[in-house]
Amino acid sequence: MTADRWRHALVIAMPYAWLLLFFAAPFAIVLKISLADQAIGIPPYTPLMAEGKIQATIANYQFLFSDSLYARAYLNALWYAAWATFGCLLIGYPLAYGIVRAPLPWRSTLLLFVILPFWTSYLIRVYAWIGLLKGNGLINNLLIGAGLIHEPLALINDAFAIYVGLIYTYLPYMVLPLYAALEKLDPALLEAASDLGCRPSTAFRRVTLPLSMPGVIAGCLLVFIPMCGEFVIPDLLGGPNQLMIGKVLWDEFFTNRDWPVASAVAVAMLVLLVLPMAAVRRQLTGESV
Amino acid sequence: MPGPGSRPASEGPIPHLVLANVAKRFPQAASPAVDGVSLELARGEFFALLGPSGCGKTTLLRMLAGFEMPDAGSIRIDGQDMGAVPPYARPVNMMFQSYALFPHMSVADNVGFGLRQAKRPKDEIAARVAAMLDLVKLGALARRKPGQLSGGEKQRVALARALINEPKLLLLDEPLTALDRKLREETRFELVRIQRRVGITFLMVTHDQEEAMSMASRIAVMEKGRIAQIGAPAEVYERPANRFVAGFLGAINLFEARVVAATNDLLTLDSVEIGARLTVTHDRVLPLGTEVALALRPEKLSLARMPDSRWNNSLAGTVRGVAYRGEASDVEIELTCGKIVRATMANIGGARDTLDIGQPIFAGWSGEAGVVLEQ
Ligand SMILES: Nc1ncnc2c1ncn2[C@@H]1O[C@H](COP(=O)(O)OP(=O)(O)OP(=O)(O)O)[C@@H](O)[C@H]1O
Ligand SMILES: [Mg+2]
Repeated sequence: MTADRWRHALVIAMPYAWLLLFFAAPFAIVLKISLADQAIGIPPYTPLMAEGKIQATIANYQFLFSDSLYARAYLNALWYAAWATFGCLLIGYPLAYGIVRAPLPWRSTLLLFVILPFWTSYLIRVYAWIGLLKGNGLINNLLIGAGLIHEPLALINDAFAIYVGLIYTYLPYMVLPLYAALEKLDPALLEAASDLGCRPSTAFRRVTLPLSMPGVIAGCLLVFIPMCGEFVIPDLLGGPNQLMIGKVLWDEFFTNRDWPVASAVAVAMLVLLVLPMAAVRRQLTGESV
Repeated sequence: MPGPGSRPASEGPIPHLVLANVAKRFPQAASPAVDGVSLELARGEFFALLGPSGCGKTTLLRMLAGFEMPDAGSIRIDGQDMGAVPPYARPVNMMFQSYALFPHMSVADNVGFGLRQAKRPKDEIAARVAAMLDLVKLGALARRKPGQLSGGEKQRVALARALINEPKLLLLDEPLTALDRKLREETRFELVRIQRRVGITFLMVTHDQEEAMSMASRIAVMEKGRIAQIGAPAEVYERPANRFVAGFLGAINLFEARVVAATNDLLTLDSVEIGARLTVTHDRVLPLGTEVALALRPEKLSLARMPDSRWNNSLAGTVRGVAYRGEASDVEIELTCGKIVRATMANIGGARDTLDIGQPIFAGWSGEAGVVLEQ
């Protein structure tokens, strides 16, 4: 009896312990650094406690607001992530739908194809896109070879390349929750809709789509949030002119070695992006189903 | 096998629903799921398709709804061939075995779904949904979601959702199977009442012979994708066409026998199995020596300590077991030859005429009580 209670408590405590250890504690450290000043040394910031007093400053946050670069980087990141999420949805929904509709023996194979890219490092796959998109890359060479264009297209170091990279990288995270939601859908519901006078397109709009909404929301959040903080893709594919907040953070941290400002960017990003998304998610999942 | 029962009860100029030699075999299936079914239904009829699990009832229904295409044969509704008509354009609605209610819509939206699809005016939809919910006694639950309903309530929503479109034909796939016994019995009457009220032709599928007999005006008994017999419930029960139908529609005693004498309406049978001669009325003269079976429902057997003079047939045996069922008791009798027969005794006399296990008894019946099964 008591052993059972303990086991029960342990099971409940596990996710909390995980969150505490790997989310709350690192976040507290980042928060602490964001309230410090840059300093020369290791670590490169002033201690929180000095001479028996708390030495906290919000100067780093004020700095974020004073330089419009940060605001533009935030908005850019949101913009890119929003459109790329939309792109993932446009490609991912038909993909997931097709897999669910495929004959049963094929389904697991098709699903395997979706997650197959995970076998190769994400960094290498983004690098591979450089080879495809660059001026004398595969795509341009093919198009020139086919006589369709005469000058290479500027595919890389551009917003286009960022979208390609984001959509390509995050597509599996969109497909999997959509697949799960669509697979749960009882085929009898579509027959019932058809029986009650719906053409297939109407049945899709009135039954399949609303019932797959939880999958759509989950997929969009799963894709949108990490896209907002993405730095590898804008760095490698976007070139120097495409600002995204994740890249700015990276530069502050490693190029400028300004840990306090980088930490302030990270905290602000969390507050400005993640908290509203969590609220939206709560709202949406509370309403649907 | 067109017997007298295969004609619809009321004759119209064009039969309402006609199935002609409808057949369907699923890919990779060893035998066809539906194997040449022909059927005619009259308008406003309550018809039941009865058969054991896997005999092709649902497949037949799904072909009528348009979800499956027959390999052969034709389906006509009011003279119109349904071959090329997709499910959404058929004047047919189906009540699904699993109900298939839309979980994201309220009860009222589920019921009004077909009317919205048909682009009826908003106020007409509201009025008809309200009237339909009243008919199935769900007015109070209009705003609930299907997830918040009991099984019986879901069943009524499914019925209302199909009926509101006023189809020419309503298909019901085991409409009561998901309900508990008491609710099932109440709902039988309810469903028949609603059918009379709306006047729509009902084609119900069931594997419960009691359900089929108590609700339908005519029954088709199916076996392995074919129709074994069509007729009114009493007809099919009292005069089964073959052993399968006889056995499927309730308990029955079968005696294997050979015809030894035949007059116009009376056969004399010799049963080696029980070592007795039996007489039975039959409307056909059969050649001597024909192998037949005499079928006898348990309630047609009378039991007594001494043979009764009104009996044409009597067999001696001992009581082997008695199962008290309240309104009647089932009695198992072991005949002297060792065969077990079953009799049902109405419990009229209360506790007085109880039978003791092992007590000698005579079972007898008149010539009209038995049925000769030729196949
Ligand atoms: N989609 C299908 N693919 C292959 N075989 C099928 C399919 N649907 C049904 N069958 C087969 O066809 C036969 C008839 O099935 P059907 O569902 O019509 O039976 P049923 O009479 O409705 O049985 P039950 O009373 O159990 O519902 C069965 O042998 C079944 O296995
Ligand atoms: Mg069935």
